[in-house]
Amino acid sequence: MKIHPFLIEMVQIAVLLFAAPLFAGWVKMVKCWSQGRTAPSLFQPVRDIRKLLSKDVVLAENASWIFRFTPYLVFGVTVLAGGIIPIISTDLPLAATADVIALVALFAIARFFTALAGMDIGTAFGGMGSSREMTIASLAEPAMLMAIFAVSLASKSTSLSQMVLVVSQGYSILQPSLAFALLAFILIALAETGRVPVDNPATHLELTMIHEAMVLEYSGRHLALIEWAKMMKLFLFVVLGISAFFPWGIAVNDDLAGILAAPAYLVMKLGLAAVGLVLIETGLAKMRIFRVTEFLGSAFLFATLGMLSFFILE
Amino acid sequence: MSTQLAAQINSLLAAFILLTAFAMLAQRKKLAILHLFAWQGLFLSVSTAIVGFVAKSHHLYISSLLTLTLKVVVLPYILHVLIRKLKIRKEIEAVVNVPTTMLIGIALVIFSYHLTAPIRELSTLVTRSTLAVALATVMLGLLMMITRRHAVTQIIGFLAMENGLFFAATSATYGMPLVVELGVALDILIAAFIFGIFFFHINTTFDSLDVDQMARLKEED
Repeated sequence: MKIHPFLIEMVQIAVLLFAAPLFAGWVKMVKCWSQGRTAPSLFQPVRDIRKLLSKDVVLAENASWIFRFTPYLVFGVTVLAGGIIPIISTDLPLAATADVIALVALFAIARFFTALAGMDIGTAFGGMGSSREMTIASLAEPAMLMAIFAVSLASKSTSLSQMVLVVSQGYSILQPSLAFALLAFILIALAETGRVPVDNPATHLELTMIHEAMVLEYSGRHLALIEWAKMMKLFLFVVLGISAFFPWGIAVNDDLAGILAAPAYLVMKLGLAAVGLVLIETGLAKMRIFRVTEFLGSAFLFATLGMLSFFILE
Repeated sequence: MSTQLAAQINSLLAAFILLTAFAMLAQRKKLAILHLFAWQGLFLSVSTAIVGFVAKSHHLYISSLLTLTLKVVVLPYILHVLIRKLKIRKEIEAVVNVPTTMLIGIALVIFSYHLTAPIRELSTLVTRSTLAVALATVMLGLLMMITRRHAVTQIIGFLAMENGLFFAATSATYGMPLVVELGVALDILIAAFIFGIFFFHINTTFDSLDVDQMARLKEED
């Protein structure tokens, strides 16, 4: 039995919207367990979002339209990105509209507006957060593109669906270029989603925060949308890693059985990915901000080595 | 295990050897560099065993075992003892900063790929593509010797160069004759002892292992 691609697309976006807070909750749970603390419920992020959505928005007097517009833009762009990345199936109508370069650009738009909004109110923290975020972004984005190019060299396409198809059909992870690209991708994903060696998602300490500093002035439904988008971004980066490097189980045709099996594989892989993420986060300390350049520089190096080893060794 | 799979695993090991070479360039702490060197030796040893399997030449198993004992256990142990005895704790000072060194490293990889391209065309061995990596490892070891000021790191750079040469020998010609390999292994071992004695002398004379101190060797005037 065939399922219409548009229906798959809708299902996928629904999965993105509701699985992302659950995944964030799961990461927090595993992290608490690994540190011997009592974990909050798996549904705590969902409750947080619901609480924030029902609260009033407090706006600064000098807030411009950029500040009010940014949460909706960030949320919308993140959902759109979720429509492009193959989460449960490669047959997505939206995937034809944008390839992986456009995907990086989508995240860049979201970041650009968040940085503008951080500076819009005129508080010191916002500006500091924006400047830090852009410093990190200017190093992370080229590395991200290089890592993705290393994979697309192997699959001879920049379309994500095509990349998943090629890698799932026997192109093994044993290839040196893919191994290097995976390593680079993990480093970049940690930086892009603001996880521990680069930014600490659990702290509001003034001196160290990066992402939190930019969105410090948001409240109510604006904050809810931004937090939700942040969870979706983490989810999307993990899913992007899964679909580019471990795509087994993602449905490659519109078969009902494949579509039904895909979420089971996805849940399993996400569970493991969260454990890996927590191991990295508990094993490492947050690095000094001036060391981040070296961290992302090595990500760029791995990605470049991945591209080179495609030519040298394959 | 088919030849094709063995060649693929060998390529992956070559990539790991290259990775450890770069990691050594990026690392600041001496003990961590030593561990990376031991890892490189391990990858090299496994790779040699795999090439021995593909080429069905049994002396490569012996040299693989030799690599394992010498470069993974004995040499790192000797250097470890040295670092502990000389109480070296400081972070390494590099002449060129780390990101620039990395960029030079990438340029070296591209250069060695270009340099070995004609040999790839001529050779018929399954392992021929790893020759570029081997040459790059030699050059990265040399780069490490040039960019680091400290004597211990320079020695590790030298040993990493030797790793690269050994890897080049196995990947380009399925290994040198056993007699030559035994000789080289003995040389390396003796070298390590001599380095140790030198370190002690440099350390007692200058109270430091920074080779910049050597500029003061001339008589006071």
